[in-house]
Amino acid sequence: MGDLKLAWRNIWRHTRRSILTMMAIGFASLLLVFMLSFQFGSYEGMIDASVRLSTGHLQVQAQGYHDKPEMRKVVTNPREVMDALTRNPGVEACTARCQTFVLASSEDRTRGVMIMGVDPETESRVLKTSSLIRQGDYLSSDDPNTVIIGALMAERLKIGLGEELTILGQARDGSIAATVMTVRGIFKSGIDEVDRSTVQMLLTDFDQLFGMDGAVHAVVAVVHKLTEVGEVKRALMQDSALKGLAVLDWMELSPGLKQSIQMDLVSGIIMYVILIIVVAFSIMNTFLMAVFERTREFGVMMAIGVKPLRLVKIILMESMFMTGLGLLFGMVLGALLTQYFAGVGISMGGASDLMAQYGISGRMFPRLSVISLFSGPILIGVVTFLTALLPALRIPRLKPANAMKAV
Amino acid sequence: MFAQLAWRNLWRNPRRTAIILLAIFMGVFSMIFFAAFSRGMANGMVNNAIDNLVGHIKIQHPDYRSDPDISHRIEDPRSVMDKILPVLPEGSKIVQRIRVEGVAANARETAGIEIAGIEPSKEKGVSFIGDAPIEGEMLEDGDKNGILLGAALADRFDTEVGKKLVLTTQRADGETQSRAFRIRGLYHAEIEATEKAYVFITLDAAKILVGDKNGATEIAATLPGKKVDRMLQQTVSKCKEALKPLNLSVFDWMEQIPAMKAYLAMFDMFLYIWFVVVFIAMGFGIVNTVLMAVYERMREFGLLKAIGMKPSWIIRMVLGESSFLLIAGCAAGTLCSLAFTWYVAMKGIDLGSFAQGVKMWGMSRMIYPAIDNGDVIAANAVVIVLGLIVSIYPAVKAARFTPVETMRHN
Repeated sequence: MGDLKLAWRNIWRHTRRSILTMMAIGFASLLLVFMLSFQFGSYEGMIDASVRLSTGHLQVQAQGYHDKPEMRKVVTNPREVMDALTRNPGVEACTARCQTFVLASSEDRTRGVMIMGVDPETESRVLKTSSLIRQGDYLSSDDPNTVIIGALMAERLKIGLGEELTILGQARDGSIAATVMTVRGIFKSGIDEVDRSTVQMLLTDFDQLFGMDGAVHAVVAVVHKLTEVGEVKRALMQDSALKGLAVLDWMELSPGLKQSIQMDLVSGIIMYVILIIVVAFSIMNTFLMAVFERTREFGVMMAIGVKPLRLVKIILMESMFMTGLGLLFGMVLGALLTQYFAGVGISMGGASDLMAQYGISGRMFPRLSVISLFSGPILIGVVTFLTALLPALRIPRLKPANAMKAV
Repeated sequence: MFAQLAWRNLWRNPRRTAIILLAIFMGVFSMIFFAAFSRGMANGMVNNAIDNLVGHIKIQHPDYRSDPDISHRIEDPRSVMDKILPVLPEGSKIVQRIRVEGVAANARETAGIEIAGIEPSKEKGVSFIGDAPIEGEMLEDGDKNGILLGAALADRFDTEVGKKLVLTTQRADGETQSRAFRIRGLYHAEIEATEKAYVFITLDAAKILVGDKNGATEIAATLPGKKVDRMLQQTVSKCKEALKPLNLSVFDWMEQIPAMKAYLAMFDMFLYIWFVVVFIAMGFGIVNTVLMAVYERMREFGLLKAIGMKPSWIIRMVLGESSFLLIAGCAAGTLCSLAFTWYVAMKGIDLGSFAQGVKMWGMSRMIYPAIDNGDVIAANAVVIVLGLIVSIYPAVKAARFTPVETMRHN
């Protein structure tokens, strides 16, 4: 107890110097807490956008469909698969889906488009498309032979609500599938790629038109918690209803997304390491001074019988007090700052157009988590401890007689 | 005299000076290298984007951009090219293209693609396709049946060189037309999305496909050299002047890809914020060190004052010390980071392990850090100016010591 008190008092022998050092540590940890929370928040936003607009967290498909989507690679027992998914407590909702490529013509334009057959009841529980309708209504099973299309496609095809869209494609057995559909709604997701190229129709219409015989191309599921995806996936792969089928998670469904997150994280970490090194150097002087300035004092203490290791302990306690206070200060402020922005969001200004292309909305919400709150400060703590260790370990080498002569 | 005194004062405690110099050195070094690295990354993105059939300047029908349809074409591209050729700087390249949306199909697969009719021999140095690595053969000028496919698209269609592919698109008269083409070669692009998005045929073949003998949907020009900012603005306004009577739109690359322009603006802001953040991290160290140096010499300052030194001179001396510190740290950091960047830029940094993420954002796999004079100056200015500002605090402290007070001290 005596040592602790000694260390504590030693810090306040140089109030200004100690406070500046603590502020340096505090500033760095505040920044790290905030930046990491910001990064994690934006990743979650990206994943959520991608998951909720197109892929879902998990998909069950026929083997090989993901690499080469062909009409004939189907899931033949969608009901059983969906039942198996619903049984899993981690799964929030799931829906079956078909898709293929067709020629779509309005009165005077023809374009190649991706057409999706969806079940409006279950689909709206999984994906956000129903809430993105800008004109007209979402698909409804009471209103067959209708489609909803992306806003950019409506522009390109020069087609509006209630107008007819001719669809020409190839059925599952290779025969020609053709029909005329009415535009029931126009949606806008903000992702150009989606808005330019997707048409959605009722799953039952799709089934008839393309001769699917009740089979689907994918069963799409969302889970309650992003972190549970792996667990749910493992459980599903064991399930006998899914025998012979492939279970894919969002990372496999959009590998580019996962890698850009990794890349951003790596570049972020490089920046943080640089920052921590700069901070370490700029506080090293304080720790060095705490030892060298007091050579005489240590000499006296050793002469009256204090063991060198005890002195090292006191010195390290001093630096740990300073580091700890700095970290605490930084973490509290960092958490407050993060929580504030988590409420109001951060507007990305001019860059939001760019990000909209990749499915990120214009506002980013930082997200405080255990990892973002502790990982930065812990790293800083370790580095500053090492920085303090260097001068402290010189103490045992002092000779009391010489030390006392020092100025 | 002050300079000499300040310099010598610094080296009265060489260890302390060396440590704070290291902090400044690390800060400046990382600022400049980080700036160069991310500039290199941004340059790669911009060049990729420009290469991607964008070009420095593009001339189109005023409605083509909002509705890229063959009905919005330039009726007489030859005369347009003749008009703007004289206003382009020496060494510029100019091409005409027909670009329409279409559908490609073979027995296995059908996909929506963009059909680009090009003059193969002229695309070199204008767009990526002129210099892309190709399996098989490049298109010959005037080839009426040949087609170039992206490697990724060929994979999806399960097809290869020599096989057939049917293209369907809308003709100028509104009818839908299909024609069969033979695959001459497969091209590789930096970005997989590009390989999946474009198929190339010759301009002549495209004219037949869309059923229009003369038109083109766009004219693209590439100016010589890398730094074309100022020249570009002048050339664009000259082009606009020359084409006034024809009612055509002239865009520079920033107008064509506004998202990229926004990205670059955000990028600059982000970089300067980063500079300030790093500075703050070392700023605490600078203040602390200078403060320590001042307090240690309390007696000395008191003595100097007692023999008649003015407070402003003391401030000047302390600021002189910290400016030496800052300048030496900055100079060393700048020189080393320039050398290091130059060394890294020779080899390039391979982001291969993030290939898909890199492709998603349209970056190059290889990053060549690029030194921008503005960044180097900004980094040094931030450190020196802010460094001096924070040093005012210890300097003023030193000037306020009164002789009597200091004599008592230690």
